[in-house]
Amino acid sequence: MAETKVKSHNDDKPKPRVRPIVRLGIFLVSHSFLVSVVCCTSGVLALFLLPVLAKNTYISENALMPGSASPMLSNQHVLDGNRLVKDLTNSNLKSSETGIGSHKIIAQYMLDLGAEVSFHKFHPQMNQFHPLHFFSSPDSGKIQENYSCSSYGINTVGIIRAPRGDGKEAIVLVTPYNALKSGFGEALSLGIAYSVFSLLTQVTWLAKDIIWLVADSQFGEYAAVAAWLREYQTPKFSSSSTLNAEMCPDINNLFEIKVHSVAGSKFSNSFRRAGTMAAALVLKVRDQSEQFEDTISIYAEASNGQMPNLDLINVVNYLAVHRQGLRVNVEKLRSLLNSSWLKSLGEFFESLAKVAKRLNPKCKFGIPATEYVEGTATLASSLYYQALGVPTGPHGAFRDYQVDAITLEISPKFSLDKVWRNDILLRGGRLIEGVIRSVNNLLEKFHQSFFLYLLTSPSKFVSVGVYMIAFALLIAPLPMVAASLYVDANSSSNCSKGDSSTPPAITDADEHGITIRSWRWLNSAKLVFIVHLWGAIVSLLPYFICQIPDCSPTTSFVIWVLLSILSLLILNTVLASPLACVKASQVKEWALVKSVTISSVFIGLGLMSVINFATAEFGALLLVPMCLLAQPLKLDVRAGTLRSFCRIICNLVLGHIAFPPAAFFLLKGMLDGFGSANVGDFWMWVESLWAWNSATYLFIGMVQLPCWVLCVSILFHSC
Amino acid sequence: MALLRRPLLVLLLVVTHQFLQLWIVFGSVNEEGQKQEEFFEELLLKPLPDRKLLTHFHFQSSAPPSSNGRHHHLFPKAISQLVQKFRVKEMELSFTQGRWNYESWGGFDSIPSSNAKPPGVELWAVFDVPQHLIDALWKNLTHTLSGLFCASINFLESSTAYSAPEWSFPPASGNLRYGTLPREAVCTENLTPWLKLLPCRDKAGISMLLDRPSIYRGFYHSQRLHLTSTGSGSEGLDPGIILEQTLTVVLLPNSQRASLARASEKHIQPSWSLRSIFGKEVSGKCVLAENSNVYLLLDRGLVAELKQLHKEDEESAEKVLASENYWTNPIFELSAKPDRIFIEESSLLSKNSSILYKFEVEKYSESEPFDLGLTWKIPVVWLCQQAPLHASRFLMGSGNERGAIAISLKSTQSCEGFTGANFDDERCELRVDVFQVVPWYVKVYFHSLQVFVDQQPKAVSDIIEKIHVSPSKDKVSPGVMELVLKLPCSVSSAALTIEFDKGFLHIDEYPPDANQGFDIPSAIVSFPNFHASMVFLENDSLNKSPLLSKFQEKSPVMSYTEVLLVPLTTPDFSMPYNVITITCTVFALYFGSLLNALRRRVAEEERFLKDKAAKKSGRLPLLLSKLSAKLRGRHSEPPHSTPGSSSLVNSKLVFKVILVAGLAVCWQYYFS
Repeated sequence: MAETKVKSHNDDKPKPRVRPIVRLGIFLVSHSFLVSVVCCTSGVLALFLLPVLAKNTYISENALMPGSASPMLSNQHVLDGNRLVKDLTNSNLKSSETGIGSHKIIAQYMLDLGAEVSFHKFHPQMNQFHPLHFFSSPDSGKIQENYSCSSYGINTVGIIRAPRGDGKEAIVLVTPYNALKSGFGEALSLGIAYSVFSLLTQVTWLAKDIIWLVADSQFGEYAAVAAWLREYQTPKFSSSSTLNAEMCPDINNLFEIKVHSVAGSKFSNSFRRAGTMAAALVLKVRDQSEQFEDTISIYAEASNGQMPNLDLINVVNYLAVHRQGLRVNVEKLRSLLNSSWLKSLGEFFESLAKVAKRLNPKCKFGIPATEYVEGTATLASSLYYQALGVPTGPHGAFRDYQVDAITLEISPKFSLDKVWRNDILLRGGRLIEGVIRSVNNLLEKFHQSFFLYLLTSPSKFVSVGVYMIAFALLIAPLPMVAASLYVDANSSSNCSKGDSSTPPAITDADEHGITIRSWRWLNSAKLVFIVHLWGAIVSLLPYFICQIPDCSPTTSFVIWVLLSILSLLILNTVLASPLACVKASQVKEWALVKSVTISSVFIGLGLMSVINFATAEFGALLLVPMCLLAQPLKLDVRAGTLRSFCRIICNLVLGHIAFPPAAFFLLKGMLDGFGSANVGDFWMWVESLWAWNSATYLFIGMVQLPCWVLCVSILFHSC
Repeated sequence: MALLRRPLLVLLLVVTHQFLQLWIVFGSVNEEGQKQEEFFEELLLKPLPDRKLLTHFHFQSSAPPSSNGRHHHLFPKAISQLVQKFRVKEMELSFTQGRWNYESWGGFDSIPSSNAKPPGVELWAVFDVPQHLIDALWKNLTHTLSGLFCASINFLESSTAYSAPEWSFPPASGNLRYGTLPREAVCTENLTPWLKLLPCRDKAGISMLLDRPSIYRGFYHSQRLHLTSTGSGSEGLDPGIILEQTLTVVLLPNSQRASLARASEKHIQPSWSLRSIFGKEVSGKCVLAENSNVYLLLDRGLVAELKQLHKEDEESAEKVLASENYWTNPIFELSAKPDRIFIEESSLLSKNSSILYKFEVEKYSESEPFDLGLTWKIPVVWLCQQAPLHASRFLMGSGNERGAIAISLKSTQSCEGFTGANFDDERCELRVDVFQVVPWYVKVYFHSLQVFVDQQPKAVSDIIEKIHVSPSKDKVSPGVMELVLKLPCSVSSAALTIEFDKGFLHIDEYPPDANQGFDIPSAIVSFPNFHASMVFLENDSLNKSPLLSKFQEKSPVMSYTEVLLVPLTTPDFSMPYNVITITCTVFALYFGSLLNALRRRVAEEERFLKDKAAKKSGRLPLLLSKLSAKLRGRHSEPPHSTPGSSSLVNSKLVFKVILVAGLAVCWQYYFS
């Protein structure tokens, strides 16, 4: 508009000065095509540059002092741990029906150390879709009636009180254990935890209480830990369902533990607590192992891409690498490791770095190509798991209560002899001891280091300040293109009118027409609003579909699709009917629709980047090109140039990819192969998303799907 | 005159000094009607069920009401001055580290109910002045005590830190002020001034045992100072003061045997002696002490257990334990012969009675130091008597916005004389007093108080008989909640929950370690219907011992709950820096543009630009000018074809710069 104004003025007249920032804006808007191409490519490029820009991690909180004390875990404790492992495997061989025996053994061992022991009975809660429960704090759960005796789990909890501490804080150590069918790995993880626990009952340096939770993982590791945390943080004082559990005979059997030790151990029926949780460690040992050396994998992603404080990962990494000689591993996307294009990209960056280094020896830019490939694979998996919004382990339950937690999975190198077992007990135990000691040193809660980061290797990270640049570049063209489209749409209609009438004389009727025209975007806004409303309805539909009993995933999915289409049609006829008549009269209607769509996508992506960055990044990679390229196919066909031909192809491809189920199947096919794809899978996946309260689900339903529908409607626009 | 007066003064001094010395020497022999200042030192040892040992030092100095002003023989002058100046009627100050384990160390005796204290510092005082003067006196008192004990008690001065309980705190009185500092670290520097108040310090008598490393190695230690002034100084008399200093330490006797033979010896109680615990022995009493005794207390549960073990003999185990030939006892062995044995009068509450062995330190000397040892021969397991309900408190909820405090009371089944305590015809009721102070930044909603009895929600009015609430005022006073609960005697569990919002503090109100969280001080749960007292059969000699008379006093059973840690929202503490930076930027921008606007003449600039454009030529400058014109929102004017010298220089300059840069890059690339 401003441009037209400038045009209309005479050159002779002294031009009114426009402020530089406005001038810059006008410049960018008028060159929006160039700007959007540059921004998008640089955004994607910046994303690929992230592994190169990753910084080395460092321990930010000085109080942690990892590894400054020599480990106290001795062979005596290891032998104790070994004893427990042996007892547990023996009891498993006897194969009791309910696994009560192994719970008893664990409790007895804890009692003998002088810990306070209690059992926590829980009933696994089915995760259900509550439309209004997104982002709400975890509540104490629905009371379900009629629990049967068979469906309960028993968590065994042992607590060591710090001898001279004031009991305000606690550190939690979790070992998932399935009493019914436990592998050797689980028993070994209990052995490690027990050896640490037996050490901690003797030490004098404890300032925080230690809670050892043996989580009954027969209903899943997460469910057990979440149930215990729910009881810990939001207990229900009035309940009738607990009575049912007491009626079960084998639970009562559990409480017949002989407390014949005098070491101050207490066994109680009631739930025991310690103070505010400072940190939590989940320890697992993998059963099968194929590595050449002992490795330890760190899982940190919690729900909605929340991460624990980076310092916690740093401490584990530092102690594992520099003290215990374990290899630390973070989850990678294996399929990326062998991709040749990534390797060549890495080599390109490497050579670029070499050139830069020649020019300026101080320049520390660039990493070797192999490292780059690994970093990218790690980064991709880090992004993927954050975007999914589903926690990668039981530690996710802690994050819901603002407790920093990670899962450590030790995968020992293959061997089964006793020396090896003792070795892994000793090293694993010393690692856990060191981490607990560091956290114990903390005066304040974890706050020094980053909470928003992406890992590119266990010792390298990209902080929020860096990765946001890539995202910002990617979505920066959106408002500009929206503005330029709006200006174009208005000006073109202006011009068409202006040709017919005489330019200097502006009549009243014209003025009226201009005001109407300037409000014309409201029609498109209405369309966009309706489609978004439809998106909200579509994302609520599964709640009702869930209520249908005995529905296979495939049929549910089909019902969902049918209902969605039906609701779209209804909404279109009920609400959007006046739009049709207006649409016919206008030429550049699609441009306005596109402009409003783009601005709504911009708002949606911006909001999502605050909630879950990774989802927003993936969404931006899909949606931004689609939104920017969308243009009615008819126009392109009519033009018939090479450029429009390219655009048609791009539009068609993107229109297919950006449809959420299509994107899902494509991703699944890339990861697992296309053979196993099934229509019901998407339903299952969506179900898992809402069960975990993942914001990704909301994003897909309320941003991506409406955007896709709008873009498709633009593509098939009749103009 | 001056010359004359001085020798007179000196003479007077000498005479009084002489007189004083005489008085001190004969002070104890003085058998006149006037009471003397007295000092008692006592030590109580009590084995605890979880292999630990409770040592309880009890020192008492008393000054009778007297008119002879400032002079004291034994009584610490600092304390008497403090009492006089601040008109303190009763005061208690305790420094505690560690938690008293109510479950295994008992909660019913008089030792836990008066010596188990919350971690950190607790101070309460009752003043003998009108209401409006109390706060000023309290503030001065905190500062004085802070100086006296090298502790930051002065933080209790601020009105947000102390409260005035009306009736739920046991020494109930309107003139009471109560404050706690849960985060205060307790150290030897607090113990030394405390020892200074003793007449023999730690140089003689029982206090010689106070070996710092072994005390601070303990699982719990609480150093307490309690003073009561009797008979206010109405007719020119100074008030009589009783100063009671106690140190309660729970230690683990380190027996090497236990660590060596772990499995077999695990269940036997560790044997100990004074030497093995403290590394020292007592060589005689403090000469200034009236008496100096060491007691060994076997509590009710233990005696009952011993009786059980003796059952096969069929003779009264009490007799065996109380008999003179204690060393023939097949269960344990004492290394010294007790001078007296007291047996508790069995009360309504329990059939069992505890046994107290008394050892007089007087009889021992340097050459023959006193060392009491206890050797267990067979494993014994017993339980300490517990308070009727075990109280624990915890936080509920998550997030930085709100939460809830829950106090849960669980019945301890071990308390056998439970129903006998309070008969109200059929309706047996258990009275529980709860006193809770909440800092102002934890904004408690008192209407959200919920009561659950036996897992059933109850109406608040049914359970709570009396409630007194003083809501907190922001930055002025903490919230205080006093409750009297009437629970049915058959109660197995009860819970109180109350919700709160987390407040925001001003940035300079945060402590340096704000990210640690903020403490909610312990709540006090007391059972006024239950009294912890031990009445011993032989009453004649008990009057001489303040510790034993303390045992006989009827004090209500009290317990403290845990300190809670509430994480509050903390600001980004680098925020002031950011604010400064952004303000400076804004100022710079503002002044820059202001100056620019003042300096600029628009018309002249236009002309200048036109001139410049007229002179421009060449490809690159043309492009540049186009770009800049675009940026300025103006159309580029076609450049005039008259090439000026300045534009030539300009383009040449640009070329030169690019050439030099290129050369430098090449040079760097090939020769480095």
